Amino acid sequence: MIRKFTTTLAATAAAVAICLSASAPSLADDSSDPIIIPIHNWSSQIVMSNAVGQIYQSMGNNVEYVTTDSQAVYESVRLGDVHLELEVWEGAFGKSFREALEKGGLHDAGDHDAVTREDWWYPMWTKEACPGLPDWKALNECAHLFKTAESGDKGRYLDGPVDWLKHGKERAEALGMNFVVVNAGSAAALWAEIGAAEKDKRPVVVFNWTPNFAEAVWPGEFVEFPEWEEGCDKDPTKGPIPDKLYDCGNPAKGYLKKAAWDGMKDKWPKAYCVLTKINFTNPQIAEMAKLVDTDEQEPEEAATNWLKANESVWKPWVEACSG
Amino acid sequence: MTSFSRHALTGLWLLVLAVVLTALKPLLPPVLDRLPVWHPIWSHYLDTWFDWLQNDLGLIHVTRLAASGLGFLIDVAANLLYGKARWPRLEAIPWSTVAALAAVAGYYLGGWRLALLAGGTFTWCALMGQWKWTMETMSVIVIAAPFGFLIGLLLGIWSWKSSRVESVLRPVLAVLQTLPFFTYLLPAVIFFKVGPTAASVATIVYAIPPMILMTAVGLKKVSSDVVEAGKMSGCTRWQMLTRVYLPAARTEILIGLNQVIMLSLAMVVLTAFIGMPGLGAKLLAMMNSFKLGRSVEIGITIVLLAVTLDRLSKALVVKQPEHFEKGTPWWIRHQAWLVAGGVFVFFTALGRMVPFFNEVSRSQSLSVGSEIDDVMKAVLDWDPIQAVTGFLRYFFNVWVLVPTENALLYVPTFGLIAAITGFCWLMGGARPAIIGFVFFTAVAVLGWWDRAMLTLHSTVTATLLAVIIGMPLAIWASRSEKATRRMIYVCDTAQTFPSFIYLLPAIMLFGITPVTVILAILIYTMVPVVRYTIEGLRGVPAEMTEAADMSGATRWQKLVNVQLPLAMPTIAVGLNQALMFSFFMVIIAAFIGTRDLGQEMQRTLAGTDLGKNFTLGFSVVLMAITFDVAINAWAEKKRKLLGL
Repeated sequence: MIRKFTTTLAATAAAVAICLSASAPSLADDSSDPIIIPIHNWSSQIVMSNAVGQIYQSMGNNVEYVTTDSQAVYESVRLGDVHLELEVWEGAFGKSFREALEKGGLHDAGDHDAVTREDWWYPMWTKEACPGLPDWKALNECAHLFKTAESGDKGRYLDGPVDWLKHGKERAEALGMNFVVVNAGSAAALWAEIGAAEKDKRPVVVFNWTPNFAEAVWPGEFVEFPEWEEGCDKDPTKGPIPDKLYDCGNPAKGYLKKAAWDGMKDKWPKAYCVLTKINFTNPQIAEMAKLVDTDEQEPEEAATNWLKANESVWKPWVEACSG
Repeated sequence: MTSFSRHALTGLWLLVLAVVLTALKPLLPPVLDRLPVWHPIWSHYLDTWFDWLQNDLGLIHVTRLAASGLGFLIDVAANLLYGKARWPRLEAIPWSTVAALAAVAGYYLGGWRLALLAGGTFTWCALMGQWKWTMETMSVIVIAAPFGFLIGLLLGIWSWKSSRVESVLRPVLAVLQTLPFFTYLLPAVIFFKVGPTAASVATIVYAIPPMILMTAVGLKKVSSDVVEAGKMSGCTRWQMLTRVYLPAARTEILIGLNQVIMLSLAMVVLTAFIGMPGLGAKLLAMMNSFKLGRSVEIGITIVLLAVTLDRLSKALVVKQPEHFEKGTPWWIRHQAWLVAGGVFVFFTALGRMVPFFNEVSRSQSLSVGSEIDDVMKAVLDWDPIQAVTGFLRYFFNVWVLVPTENALLYVPTFGLIAAITGFCWLMGGARPAIIGFVFFTAVAVLGWWDRAMLTLHSTVTATLLAVIIGMPLAIWASRSEKATRRMIYVCDTAQTFPSFIYLLPAIMLFGITPVTVILAILIYTMVPVVRYTIEGLRGVPAEMTEAADMSGATRWQKLVNVQLPLAMPTIAVGLNQALMFSFFMVIIAAFIGTRDLGQEMQRTLAGTDLGKNFTLGFSVVLMAITFDVAINAWAEKKRKLLGL
């Protein structure tokens, strides 16, 4: 009996909602519960999250931040413990995102204009020793320059952490490269390795990505591999070598997405609307990271300063949703 | 004595069997060399089971309810400490008030030195521009640590009262203590909600096992004379517990409390992955933008907090109640509270009037992060250092670690199981041997054998090195009171200084290689070896050493023939702790870059592979518990032989 009553009630509510939305495009008011935004441990994401949080606060919403692991966060979005994610990188987090998507509870809230690239990379000083770069064949010919005490006769390539699922080893094998692939355990470990090579200008080739802070500290370039073809990771015939997987570089223009908890749309319709409008570009993201990494501002004040200097960028997102 | 030598013989035979199996490896049927890879099956079953537990059984609702209670308490603390917008919605207490109150508490509990330490710690946090982060961290710790202490105390009392509870609790604790952090991470997030609640649950779970064990040990040791005296004076059961047993077991309970606090602070960085706010999260962000200097400053803060909280809590428990003459006016009897109240009002008012005493802004802070950066980088780049570490890196990797690793990987699975069973038999006889056999067979059946061997290699190597380096240090330090005290300070620091910070310099010096991994484990593992060796040597009865002196023993003879044998049971406990710590750290070393179970566990975080994660986690648990059982059995045997 009660159930029947609630279904009727829900149906009526839905009908009313449809009528309302048909007559006036304005959105219902947001809940006063805090919107919980996850922050991870790299600067651009922290500043961007703070900036979006401050935009929400300017709209009258309550916001809280919670620090989380950048892979486990998708499970939390799915459960509604945090309500959105602003940086879903295709390469590193695509798998976690897709699997959470299949289980249900979160959805894709649109792409940023920013594109991401994640691939084999070297700091500029490496090029002096191996002038044929950035071509991968030239890199392979210089393999001996990248030897370490443990890598024997082969060069060593330092790949990203395994949970970023980078397949460096498979690529080296597919292309028959003279490289041993070692996985670093964290971004910090990669930086430490580049930092250690800096003084003697020792040639190194490591995994790196853009946009991030390292570009400003150590200028460098990505190695140019055979261009990515759709399906290169699943279909051996794609790419230059007919019987191998992973015989291409990573996509040079990977997506950078936003994700939202399914319940966000109903609980904070205005904030959700803004989330779908939010759209950052590569230079904007680099600028945000720079405020913290180079100018030594705290992420909160960096976000405030960025918003102050870029009102023309974010004000339209809010206006589009307040009509 | 005959049964003892028969034991030894069986153990030796098993070791011989291991050697034979290894030598005959090319002739063995493949199944004896490596079992088939079964882990996908187990992962699948576990996943189904988890799903059932979470959704059909609805366990998640129960845990979420508990989490919301805990969350409320943390939010109250968060409001008071840093003004989080939650009930009771007051303004944050100014830093100067907190520092002054800490100093007052320190003074009344332990005199001016403790006052200086407590007040100084909080002043440092504020002046370094870390106040908000510190308070974010503290808002979780001030709830999690007392909870850990209380739960640990109660479970400890319970397991002392009932041997059935003890026999259930013991394996559960062993599993909790050895389950790798990467395995806690996902269930904590799912069942307890990412954020301070999941962080505090993980902290409590990790910090209570020593509290439970120490409480039970302490209560068991209470001498019968004391108990008799209590009974004669007509104590009720409650009075017996609170007035007789607990005070008599105070030392052990205090050690438990110390461990709760140390371990809570040791978890500050790791729990940042599941929502611990504050210092740990900042530290990770700093490391990811390669800011060594500022991460060192945060590390110092964490150590200072640990030492301060530890000393304050110890002083609180040690402090005897004060008794006053009849007719003492109330303001003398409650002097401490009055002073504290006055200080609170004064500094809160001061903070409201002079902003500096409320909040130190970034531009006013004394942080010298980038200067420390430059110094550290210069030191790391210094040629002699590079030359030495370059040699060490080459020598240990190429001549020690890689060959022993390959050797271990060459041994056929059943050869290694025979060797482990034999080792357990030599240590403690049939029972540990059976456990060793069953557990290592289970590791093989779980299907991550090669990775498990790499994990085992790192832990055992690091523990051996910890003994080689740590024991002489401890022996030297135990000679004098002063050196002992200093060494304990070093141990406390090494235990709470976030290991993440020295990962970076270690990588810069040794690269992403096995040496760095061993080094990172070693720093952490040496702590229990040093601490328990000192404890054991200093606990040797004076009559014994005097007897040795009188019979004209040299210092060396006295050490080898009297002190070390008598201290051995205690040292064994330390050795056991060292192994457990290294099983913990070896997984964390995945952040450097390894090829073992930890790396595979890291991989499961992408896509939340709970089932696979647990097969990996249990491989670690099974190996760790085997050693735990064997070493404990050995220590027990020694203790009996020595009549302790």
